[in-house]
Amino acid sequence: MTADLTASCPVPLNDYAQVLLAHGGGGRLMDQLIAKMFVPAFANPLLAERHDGALINLDGRRLAFTTDSYVVRPLFFPGGDIGTLAINGTVNDLAMCGARPLYLSAGFIMEEGLSMETLWRVVQSMKRAAADAGIQIVTGDTKVVDKGKGDQLFINTAGIGRVEHERPISPAGIRPGDAVLLSGDIGRHGMAIMSVREGLQFESSIESDCAPLADLVLSLLNEGIEIHCLRDLTRGGLASALNEIAQSAGAQIDIDQNAVPVHEEVQGACEILGLDPLYVANEGRFVAYVPVSDADRALKTMRAQALGAEAAQIGMVVTGSPGLVTLKSQIGARRILDLLSSEQLPRIC
Amino acid sequence: MKYIDEYRDRVGAERFASAIARVTTRPWTIMEVCGGQTHAIVKFGIDELLPKEITLVHGPGCPVCVTPLELIDKAIEIATRPGVIFCSFGDMLRVPGSETDLLTVKANSGDVRIVYSPLDAVRIARDNPSREVVFFAVGFETTAPANAMAVFQADKQGLRNFSLLVSHVLVPPAMEAILASPRNCVQGFLAAGHVCTVMGFTEYGPIAEKYRVPIIVTGFEPLDILQGLYMCVQQLEQGRAEVENQYTRSVRREGNEAAQRLIREVFRVIPRKWRGVGQIPRSGFALSEKFADYDAERRFGVADYTAEESSECISGLILQGVKKPHECLAFGTRCTPEHPLGATMVSSEGACAAYYRYRRNKL
Repeated sequence: MTADLTASCPVPLNDYAQVLLAHGGGGRLMDQLIAKMFVPAFANPLLAERHDGALINLDGRRLAFTTDSYVVRPLFFPGGDIGTLAINGTVNDLAMCGARPLYLSAGFIMEEGLSMETLWRVVQSMKRAAADAGIQIVTGDTKVVDKGKGDQLFINTAGIGRVEHERPISPAGIRPGDAVLLSGDIGRHGMAIMSVREGLQFESSIESDCAPLADLVLSLLNEGIEIHCLRDLTRGGLASALNEIAQSAGAQIDIDQNAVPVHEEVQGACEILGLDPLYVANEGRFVAYVPVSDADRALKTMRAQALGAEAAQIGMVVTGSPGLVTLKSQIGARRILDLLSSEQLPRIC
Repeated sequence: MKYIDEYRDRVGAERFASAIARVTTRPWTIMEVCGGQTHAIVKFGIDELLPKEITLVHGPGCPVCVTPLELIDKAIEIATRPGVIFCSFGDMLRVPGSETDLLTVKANSGDVRIVYSPLDAVRIARDNPSREVVFFAVGFETTAPANAMAVFQADKQGLRNFSLLVSHVLVPPAMEAILASPRNCVQGFLAAGHVCTVMGFTEYGPIAEKYRVPIIVTGFEPLDILQGLYMCVQQLEQGRAEVENQYTRSVRREGNEAAQRLIREVFRVIPRKWRGVGQIPRSGFALSEKFADYDAERRFGVADYTAEESSECISGLILQGVKKPHECLAFGTRCTPEHPLGATMVSSEGACAAYYRYRRNKL
């Protein structure tokens, strides 16, 4: 069982004298780094929740606060760029707290020599994405590093949102019997990036799913859906999002592979590269945990909007082994759906 | 998705599973040779659909797993040298050598690049004439034609800064080594469909006959494997030992003859060491004399490396089908994908990694 193994067999940090790429990959190594270095060092109750953002009670007003840094290569990809990611990623973290996103900060770390035209294009798409998401960028920072000391452009955004409801949306709210709903098809962002990455260009029309999710979430709340927990899918894909929640909630989650929507082009590209779409990155999809009695209404609400048109129930929360995620395979046998140890690497044959 | 979904169909899988149950009257042990098949069996839970009389054991067909430790050390040594661009398929980067791995070399600012085709490495050599570009040519017969083509192209373009670190192994000699062992428990084989796509399956006739084992050339999707098992069990129950082809949509008896010609021109057959198994005669490729200048071991003077395996790791017994991953004391405790003791835990197609990833809760 995942949880037990992690507890009884900790990997000491000094096993890694250096930071490896996998420490930022959204898998097990990153999970260990956060749990063993950051959380204990900065220990406080809000951080201990390990939610997408912190929920702060400020003299009776509930605010959500979050931050994220964006490093992507290439800067522009089918369906978006680093600017749209920097807005939508932070907006989505706020949305996952059930908050209405309001204000963002933007920090730019630029490499000497970055073309002004490139920067302008990124700024323009941030402007459009901010308008689409209904937020304002109200403060910022600019730094330039020596040529060769950065990769063109890194962006950090932080965001504040207002919580307009009384529902405690967090992993602790999950109950056995909850339905697991997915807001749309998976894997498009990761495969769109891969299709234009150096050394791997392949012909495809896959576009990133990068999108702001706040409207979809707020519509569920307005509909009176009893949302127990939300989590957007990012680097580690659907499998990692499910595992994180199963572990924080101490619940078992059972998923049916046949219920998970994957577009044919994404499936095809994954087959060729030997990747599993369940672990491929997304930037505009989330999983919602709701009582099974609310599931149909929630799906109807999501499917009424373009972003949620392919929403589906993919599984259930069950009593079983806390922290475990299982998957019913396409041919009907059940197995563990694990966190990846590190990045998915395309295989030999 | 065409050619995928129909081979992962739930109803079809149940139909094959009950057909297998119908013809099975006693216990049989069947080995799937290829790591891709092992991965599919565990990932889709194919073995859970089978009658309890059928035992599947997992063969040596994972190229990452059987690449000997000293070759990983050679790769690390070459990749660390200044001026070298070391190109490899992604899954070799995590395999631990005696002291470190290629990912760590990369983190220490070695120029290690993941490529998706050996021809990408040739292009990198062309674009970087002042650098030495080395491609880690790992694999079975399946990847041999593309690797041969890379050398062929580099030679044609006069790229003297390109070389191959060759770790090529061949399936039929490994199957013979397993069958000839006194510990052998394998009664039938699913042969690797992709290997046979290149090489055909005429080589398997004499093995089936000599050792009295059915050999079914089998694909990689769940229904392929179930059908391969059905064909194998039918032969076993009827006392036949023949070579049959389940994977007809990809494999012809004579294989891909153009690819075989290219392989014969660029490579020669040599004895090779298999990690965990040991030396097997005539079981691998090295560059032929005509292309010996492209041999990275010669160019970098690393030919005489040796290395000792972890004494605790039983991957050799696992690769021969003698033991299963959970029968190892270190499995899931001292040996995990983050800290593998041996290669069957490193590669996603290694039997230990597959069991760890998909089966941990049931062991």
